[in-house]
Amino acid sequence: MIEQKNKWVRRLLIGLTVAFLGLFLVVPLVFVLVQAFSRGLGVYWEAVSDTFAVQALVLTLVTVFTAVAVNTIFGLFAAWSLTRYRFFGRKILNTFIDLPLSVSPVIAGLIFLLTFGRFSPIYPLLTAAGIRVVYAIPGIILATIFVTFPYVSREIIPVLEARGTEEEEAAALMGAGGFTIFRRVTFPHIKWAFLYGIVLCAARALGEFGAVSVLSGRLRGRTLTLPLYIESLYQEYSYAPAFAVSSILVVLAILVLIIKTVLEYKGNKRGDL
Amino acid sequence: MKNVKNMQKKARSPVIFPDGTRKFNTATSVIPGFGLSIGVTVTMLSFIVLIPLLSMFWSNSDLTLADFFATITRRRVLMSFAVSLETALIASLINMVMGLVMAWVLVRYEFPGKRLLDGMIELPFALPTVVAGMALTSLTTDNGLIGGFLERIGIGAPAYTRAGIVIAMIFVGIPFVVRSIQPVLEKVDRRAEEAAFIMGAGPACIFWRVIFPEIRPAMLVGFGLAFARSLGEYGSVVFIAGNQPYKTEIAPLLIMSELQEYDYASATAIALVMLIIAFFTLFVMNLIQSRAARRAGER
Repeated sequence: MIEQKNKWVRRLLIGLTVAFLGLFLVVPLVFVLVQAFSRGLGVYWEAVSDTFAVQALVLTLVTVFTAVAVNTIFGLFAAWSLTRYRFFGRKILNTFIDLPLSVSPVIAGLIFLLTFGRFSPIYPLLTAAGIRVVYAIPGIILATIFVTFPYVSREIIPVLEARGTEEEEAAALMGAGGFTIFRRVTFPHIKWAFLYGIVLCAARALGEFGAVSVLSGRLRGRTLTLPLYIESLYQEYSYAPAFAVSSILVVLAILVLIIKTVLEYKGNKRGDL
Repeated sequence: MKNVKNMQKKARSPVIFPDGTRKFNTATSVIPGFGLSIGVTVTMLSFIVLIPLLSMFWSNSDLTLADFFATITRRRVLMSFAVSLETALIASLINMVMGLVMAWVLVRYEFPGKRLLDGMIELPFALPTVVAGMALTSLTTDNGLIGGFLERIGIGAPAYTRAGIVIAMIFVGIPFVVRSIQPVLEKVDRRAEEAAFIMGAGPACIFWRVIFPEIRPAMLVGFGLAFARSLGEYGSVVFIAGNQPYKTEIAPLLIMSELQEYDYASATAIALVMLIIAFFTLFVMNLIQSRAARRAGER
């Protein structure tokens, strides 16, 4: 109705949106890519094929894979139990799951430092067993799991909530077991939401910086993830290599956005997301 | 939606057995697997989220209440809270206004490239904060593309000032506001607008009296989410902030520097205050949301 009334309001608002998104999103993105190649292809290739860069990439991929696996398992169980049953404390449980979203990444790092670090009651036990969590890879992985904890469950819960439990109840009354019901009745409905959650979780895990930087020992080739490695390059004023390695993450980010749009489209078409 | 609500209401009341005992109806669902799924959920939640969060209390048994207050009332700490709150507030307000404009454009107008703009909104989620921080910093220093221009026209380069912090926070907050307002704006009843139009209301009047009241809760929720995120943001701010104590040092940065000096007690004290602010924001957002849901349900 009112949006058709005024031609110049329309132009002004579209212009504002394009300018704002252009300035805040497109310019930085293009800037990274331009800077990455500013010293030529040789420097670019040298930066991204550097041993430390490759080691950082491997650590990042291991971290992302673990975080996604753990949070997927959790997400499925949590979404199932929170939406298929009504029980005392359900609401509180739901709130607790979302807690990591409102905790600053730095604080996420801090709590694992306190749980497993030098002043922790279990620290002597860990040292006796020869396990290093803080300033080592387990700490990095734990912090990443924490930060991305609710990502899968949050995408599935609304879909299941909206569907109701009739179909599962019918299947159960006809004698199907829990796993069969999940596989044959529930999962087909949440497929797209589930994949969407995994993509979001992976994207967030890939870029996590604050929590990981508290728990990383910052040993090159050992405990630097890709974002931490980029930061260390930048702090040494090697800007071109820093942006070159960043360009890998930029490409991954664009890929994530494309997958996300496709999944949203598929989910909407089937009315499940 | 109504069905779901009724079911919840029915389910929340305890089942009363013939012998008079009451039991919340965990057993009334015929779907198997309750024990296993709730067991896995609660165990994982406890080990990954709850126990580590609670470690802030048991790991710092030497942090007395007096120490806590002494730490958080240090001038440097107070200033870092002030800088954090001020910049997060400004950034979220700008995001709220621009978020409304962007949601409006994406919902109400058709134009070439609209889908591309819509898909771009989540970029701040997908792009690692370090990369964003580095790019924004390099662009806004006095010899950067944008900073140089601002310097020449007399405004001054934003990098290493509070304006820089605000820029980084705007970047991370964009998706929260747009994605809160967009779905609500899509559901606004067009017939009410038509009715208002037929009764002679102008576009401005229709917007403020008919549409705005509908999307106001969503705007506030988006503001709150963006605010909470900006307040805790570290990765993109650390480069652009300059990190000067009393001037451009935000609270997460101060926690980080306390940790680098192994002063875990001070870091925990500052973190506790930040958590309280974040949870309070979350609580208010939930309140607004449930009030809006109840109002929508009444109609």
